[in-house]
Amino acid sequence: MNDITDDSALCAEHFRYVLRIADGSLILAQRLSEWCGHGPVLEEDIALTNIALDLLGQARLLLAHAGRLEDRGRDEDALAYLRDEADFLNPTLVELPNGDFAQTVLRTFFYAGWQQALWEGLLDSRDPTLAAIAAKSRKETRYHCEHLAEWILRLGDGTDESHARMQSALNYLHPYVAELFAPDADDAAAAAAGLGPEGAALRAAWDAAVLPVLVDATLEVPAPTPFRSTGRLGRHSEYLGFLLAEMQSLARAHPGATW
Amino acid sequence: MNKRNEWPLWEVFIRSRNGLDHKHAGSVHAPDAKLALQMARDVYTRRQEGVSIWVVPSDQIVASDPGEKSAYFDPMEDKVYRHPTFYELPDEVNHM
Repeated sequence: MNDITDDSALCAEHFRYVLRIADGSLILAQRLSEWCGHGPVLEEDIALTNIALDLLGQARLLLAHAGRLEDRGRDEDALAYLRDEADFLNPTLVELPNGDFAQTVLRTFFYAGWQQALWEGLLDSRDPTLAAIAAKSRKETRYHCEHLAEWILRLGDGTDESHARMQSALNYLHPYVAELFAPDADDAAAAAAGLGPEGAALRAAWDAAVLPVLVDATLEVPAPTPFRSTGRLGRHSEYLGFLLAEMQSLARAHPGATW
Repeated sequence: MNKRNEWPLWEVFIRSRNGLDHKHAGSVHAPDAKLALQMARDVYTRRQEGVSIWVVPSDQIVASDPGEKSAYFDPMEDKVYRHPTFYELPDEVNHM
């Protein structure tokens, strides 16, 4: 097939593939935005907000693209603010509460490591828009990984308290990482169609980018468990509903509001 | 405020896209040099202000004494001949 929008089944798959990536960026942007004005120091407050804004920018491009693929008249705002919980396809990892600074940094690092591998794999996507978004985003994500890794090293290999907090963040977050690499029929079909890598294919790159940082930070990686979160299937933790209620309240109370 | 728990201060110098030299932009608190560079990037180059950053520990900068300002700088006030514009150039000299 030459035109990727030829086939309507493939088109729906294409939409879901883009939406999963978009929702990951959007929900993590919303979580990181909660730190705005609450960062441990002014400089880091701005650094976290910068990351949030990068993620929001990715989400906007991806949602706008998804809306065009779907071709039902939904723009980026409609997709962000007028969808319900079960229609969001972000991995559960990004919707978990921020917790303390250690947990925020580690969660963002885990996702950024996954994104980094994803963007690389999307550079030669047969969807040129997706490839272009990946080319722009990989520069942002590379910096996120670098900045977050510095914190993980300093806190993991820091004081007794900072080490304990980082280790407990790792123990809490680690089970949610497996979902990022879980085999999935939608993902496999998208990969077969040349749209981009499936999550399962990103594990080696993630391990190579993330694990050495954890080791250098003197953290102990927990053993894998059979637990699988299911956010990418639209089945979310109890936290996403509250996040959406806050994120969507203004757009739903004042439809079409501009300022 | 307990000084012992405060991060050291770093002075930030930024070279802009078309600039030739780094110019003082401000300062950041950071625990070490590597994070000072990242903090400077995040605080001072959000609007494409720069293509290169230097950070210097503030306590490593040796500054002239403001109280000595008159002794240091006033004697230069009447040395107009030190400015190239003081001299009249012959017409044959172009492009100065």
